[in-house]
Amino acid sequence: MLWTKKDLLGLEYLSKEEIELILETAESFKEVTTREIKKVPALRGKTVVNLFYEPSTRTRISFEVAAKRLSADVINIAVETSSVRKGETLIDTGKNIQALKADILVVRHNCSGAPALLARSLAINVVNAGDGWHEHPTQALLDIFTLREKLGRIEGLRVVIVGDIAHSRVCRSNIWGLSKLGAKVTVCAPTMLIPPGIEEMGAANCCAVSCDIDEALKDADAVNVLRMQFERDELTAFPQQLEYFKNYGITEERLKRAKKNIIVMHPGPINRGIEIASEVADGANSVILEQVTNGIAVRMAVLFLVAQAQDKNAQ
Amino acid sequence: MREKTKILDVEAMARSLMRIAHEILEHNRGSRDLAIVGIRSRGAHLAVRLAECIKKIDNKEIPVGILDITLYRDDLTLLTAQPVVHKTEINFDIHDKNIILVDDVLYTGRTIRCALSELIDFGRPQTIQLAVLIDRGHRELPIRADYVGKNIPTSQDEMVEVRMSEVDGKDEVVIMEKG
Amino acid sequence: MKLLIKNSRVIDPANNRDEILDILVEDGKITKLAKDIDLSVQETIEAAGKIALPALVDMHVHLREPGREDKETIESGTLAALKGGVASVLAMPNTDPAMDSVENIRMLKERIKNSSYAHVYICGSITKGRCGEESTGIAKLKNEGAIAISDDGASVDNEELLLKALLEAKEYKLPVICHCEDKKLSNRGVMNLGIISTRLGLRGISRESEYKRVERDVLLAERISSPIHITHLSCKESVEIIARAKKKTIMVTCDTAPHYFSLTEEALLDYDTNMKMTPPLRTKDDVTAIRQALKDGTIDAIASDHAPQTVNEKEIEFERAEFGVIGLETLLSVSITELVETGILSFSELIKRAALNPARILKINKGTLSIGADADIAIIDPHKQWTVRKEEIVSRSKNSSFLGRQLKGVVEYTIVNGICRRFSHSL
Repeated sequence: MLWTKKDLLGLEYLSKEEIELILETAESFKEVTTREIKKVPALRGKTVVNLFYEPSTRTRISFEVAAKRLSADVINIAVETSSVRKGETLIDTGKNIQALKADILVVRHNCSGAPALLARSLAINVVNAGDGWHEHPTQALLDIFTLREKLGRIEGLRVVIVGDIAHSRVCRSNIWGLSKLGAKVTVCAPTMLIPPGIEEMGAANCCAVSCDIDEALKDADAVNVLRMQFERDELTAFPQQLEYFKNYGITEERLKRAKKNIIVMHPGPINRGIEIASEVADGANSVILEQVTNGIAVRMAVLFLVAQAQDKNAQ
Repeated sequence: MREKTKILDVEAMARSLMRIAHEILEHNRGSRDLAIVGIRSRGAHLAVRLAECIKKIDNKEIPVGILDITLYRDDLTLLTAQPVVHKTEINFDIHDKNIILVDDVLYTGRTIRCALSELIDFGRPQTIQLAVLIDRGHRELPIRADYVGKNIPTSQDEMVEVRMSEVDGKDEVVIMEKG
Repeated sequence: MKLLIKNSRVIDPANNRDEILDILVEDGKITKLAKDIDLSVQETIEAAGKIALPALVDMHVHLREPGREDKETIESGTLAALKGGVASVLAMPNTDPAMDSVENIRMLKERIKNSSYAHVYICGSITKGRCGEESTGIAKLKNEGAIAISDDGASVDNEELLLKALLEAKEYKLPVICHCEDKKLSNRGVMNLGIISTRLGLRGISRESEYKRVERDVLLAERISSPIHITHLSCKESVEIIARAKKKTIMVTCDTAPHYFSLTEEALLDYDTNMKMTPPLRTKDDVTAIRQALKDGTIDAIASDHAPQTVNEKEIEFERAEFGVIGLETLLSVSITELVETGILSFSELIKRAALNPARILKINKGTLSIGADADIAIIDPHKQWTVRKEEIVSRSKNSSFLGRQLKGVVEYTIVNGICRRFSHSL
């Protein structure tokens, strides 16, 4: 299996084999992060630019650490965004970064499809660090990596994703990734947060919808708890936070009725007492901090692979 | 490429390894603080065999590690075939150890340079010594082996192929030439 | 000035004509249609193997002048029309300023006189500034030369106000064109609401936002027995509402645009902003319904909804890009490719929907090749193919949904008032 893609835009666009290659490569990189000197010269002399149109400390830092462990130089650009923002277009910004001879552009944007627009317009590698409600491929990859590490496989697993499904890029990427690797996904949320046609996403017949979290958790091997952002426009009409916690929050009480070893994941940052109870977040089933650690290995693998693809194209 | 000559057969290979094992023990005055690290992929198999040889002589288990140098290569950008990253597996502390670095063929010396860089990132060994099955010359870096199975003068357009039963189904070393 | 078109297949649905004839044009009028006209004239077009048809009447065009001449001008837009075989266009009123006053229409008329290559008809707005609040005074606009009224780009939310406008328009026999969109329902959406919008993570525009408004407008028309025209139908439910209304003999007519019978929402999968328009591209089922409605006559007309947008407004993030696509230059060829080649419509039926019916709806004396009619003729080679290329687009904007597409049917000449313009397409 060879990596041929210049960009990583989403898991929708990857084959099962490509996803597995990333996961396997990430395993090797995870070993690197356990060394005393956690750094390898693989991307020495390369420049990685983190272009963030949305504030995101954790994803940005994770990419930064990943790039630095590969010995790349890292430049962080945070762009002020507002709906009335005038001035440079996205493509112009991208071309300027390319003119600085950067090699890899990691982009986070509040508009779905923005990384695709950059990838089309630029010769350098583009890695999607989250675009609108569309995809967040590296987050899903690290979720899957963690799951695989914990349970030894993905095929045949039942994974519940609970939360604001409609506006979640993490959810969409997970559906693509998990279903391609043979897992069954159940998305769980109040009806108004379930977007139309979501059950047809991913590989055929791999995604189901439920509005009852207790029912969904019954045979689940893992639950991925999404962050509820009650401050966003779309959720202003939404019932009280406490109401949500009562009906969908992941509590010890609920987990008691689920499989004993159910894995609890969360992309972070967690809202304690809103979508997840503190005792669960800190409990034995939680792998939330391992996800953070694995995120670095996965992102190292992604940066390394796309960089190789470009070198091939250059010949 | 076609086969030109066979340089080592199964017995010759075994003899060479046994001789190298003796030399290592003699030079290090026994197997204390010794560890063997092989470079993926055939160097790793050679490392395991060397450890077995040493055990036969000295009756001691010595730690064996595997080094994947992909991430340290200086020619990543020049490769026509995409490198596949595998794990490095060194599950012991290399600090103050005498490390025997093992590879199948010593040629330009660049692989060894990468391996040295990577090894040193794992800690500070007492010494690093190099053991190779074949030294075919044409060095591009100031590197030399401490233990050599066989020296073979070759031309640049020949290839030395080390075959090992673990991966190739049989033990032998052949010279391949164009044509 | 005389012009003779020799040996073309003349298709003219108004006169039920489809035969090989010569056409004689004198002083801008068609004066004779016969076999083997033998006459010495200034200009002869040998058109054997080609089709001569009434030049198209496009009843939904945004010429952008005045106000946004960087997108299109009367000059560039009408030249694009000619390249597409269109000789008459209805200019929609969402210009800056809007066509909501006698002064503005007068100013536009002056500009049309000075720079137009084709017939440009003016559509006045229903409300001042198209804000949906205050009526413009339809009688005045008509007297100044508006031939229809519309708040295109927006629907008049206020029922009371629209009812008043419909009554007034009925009195003055002015067609009312309704853009059917309930902006409360389509709220900030950028594409069809459904599985593809879910996949792409884009805000969806529901079908309800269109057909509920179609339903309302049709009901209003029924209530006061006044004619109404619904523009750019895109979904199955809208078609069904119109079909039911027509059965009840409500005076409703409607049009659709080529993209609605040739493209689905799947064209958006790589976030191509040249596939972004309102109403949005819908599903395969909708395309099938629109095609069927064109065949059975539920949909009366085909119009381009030519909506030029600059590169700066299109080559940006999908959500931020402007809505709309150009269509004058591809109107006829896309229709031939998607409707005639597929056997849905005959050439004659197509011409009826793209020339004759719009002329009738707008009550203008166009869309025929009758003796004595204005010599607005398109001569096409129905067998030739061409490829839509950005570099060859005449319109000032290049935002076509059909870039790179191979289309059947090449417009070789467009004649306006007897004046002939020849076009070459790279094939």
